[in-house]
Amino acid sequence: MTDILADGKTASPAPSDGLAVLEQKRSTAETFGIPLAVLAELTHRCPLQCPYCSNPVELDRGSSELTTGEWKKVLSELAEIGVLQIHFSGGEPTARKDLVELVQHATDVELYSNLITSAVLLNREKLSALADAGLCHVQISFQGNEPIVADRVAGLKNAHEKKLEVAKWTRELDLPLTVNAVMHRQNLHQLRDIIQMAVDLDADRLEVANVQYYGWALKNRAALMPTLQQIEETSRIVEEAATRLKGILAIDYVVPDYYALRPKKCMGGWGRQFFNISPAGKVLPCHAAESITGLEFESVRSNHSIAWIWQNSEAFNRYRGTGWMPEPCKSCEFREIDFGGCRCQAFALTGDAGNTDPACTLSPRHEEIFKTAQREAAAHQDRFLYRNFAGGTLETEGEHGA
Amino acid sequence: MALGRNISVSEASRPKLPRHARLKFDETRQVWVILAPERVLAPDEIAVEVLQLCDGVRSVADMVDQLAAKYAAPREAILTDVIAMLQDLADKGFLTEAREKTS
Repeated sequence: MTDILADGKTASPAPSDGLAVLEQKRSTAETFGIPLAVLAELTHRCPLQCPYCSNPVELDRGSSELTTGEWKKVLSELAEIGVLQIHFSGGEPTARKDLVELVQHATDVELYSNLITSAVLLNREKLSALADAGLCHVQISFQGNEPIVADRVAGLKNAHEKKLEVAKWTRELDLPLTVNAVMHRQNLHQLRDIIQMAVDLDADRLEVANVQYYGWALKNRAALMPTLQQIEETSRIVEEAATRLKGILAIDYVVPDYYALRPKKCMGGWGRQFFNISPAGKVLPCHAAESITGLEFESVRSNHSIAWIWQNSEAFNRYRGTGWMPEPCKSCEFREIDFGGCRCQAFALTGDAGNTDPACTLSPRHEEIFKTAQREAAAHQDRFLYRNFAGGTLETEGEHGA
Repeated sequence: MALGRNISVSEASRPKLPRHARLKFDETRQVWVILAPERVLAPDEIAVEVLQLCDGVRSVADMVDQLAAKYAAPREAILTDVIAMLQDLADKGFLTEAREKTS
């Protein structure tokens, strides 16, 4: 049995590879594969202020959000064109008062629904209503394994305690639970305890996700960047736990690419197998794509269909395939393995999204990035800039925003 | 640890898909898929046929009888294949056993 989402292939045997089609300079309109899963960022509003948030620094205001009716229309359209799973995310998706209605609509159009939540706004009744509406899976973010670190990172008092409570209700309602732990220099020492916490919460999956440096995380890089020793230790801990907990807890591990040798195959390749929809309705190749200036993203509010935007819009086609690549990517044997890494990271670190991702050892900027990471990790500038609509608030001594 | 984790599939098992694993025919791609958290699996034809019998009521023994009759094939061979396939799915967390409601 093949796992077609994880390895990025579409289910159709042929012509399954939209990329091959693109590179033959044919119209992609009839044949480009629609993603199996789509991320719906319902809102950028969130009670947490995590400094590593992957949302753009320019957050969409509540007043610009798609309405209930608009989201329902989007969900119907996604199901119709062949999307199978919808991830309800944010910001905090439960900040939307219409979430139960949207989950019910996803169920009605036969979409498999995932809720990606901070959990702090949920109560048992609300969670139960979501389960009754057909919600298939809950993913809860954790900032640590105990309140002192966790509430400080989240910038919210009693957040950790609330999350533990909601995780228990999730399992009581027989919903599968994923614990998502975003890891960085200031909580990596808790990793062993976080893994045990996931086991104790009876989670099915644990995502150990090292911070990726976009948006707010990039602003907070100096406060978050782990040391190389921490990363080596992390890899050992995850490997040991994955073996020990086989059949009990599945662990997905996201390595921090500043310390990697090869860049990540970001989003499975730009415009190849994933898109997300922002709170205001922009259709994006990834949730950080709006950080790249000079690209125009089409909206579901435009007169184009979602399928048209995916297949034909300038932003999706700009970095699709390998035709856009400069050297060293152009002649690289790995060009269809990692597609040159991440466009957003290339833009953030080099000023040009068309450059090789500096996470790659073959990038002329790699050495410099590696040294920056080591220098920042060693400097111990630990103050956070908390995420909010006011452009961020710097953590104050003894207050910790929480 | 939840009931239904680490199940061992035998002739007496009455397996079913857990609520988070949905078997569905994908009209767009014209294939059967299993939808699960962060996963889309593509079962082959035989797996689909077996999974459609996994209703939490039928035992594996019943399923094998049914398949052996349908395909006029040796029961032992089918039993081995069906158990191996179901155990593989169970190990991945996409199969559970029917259980009495305790609540």
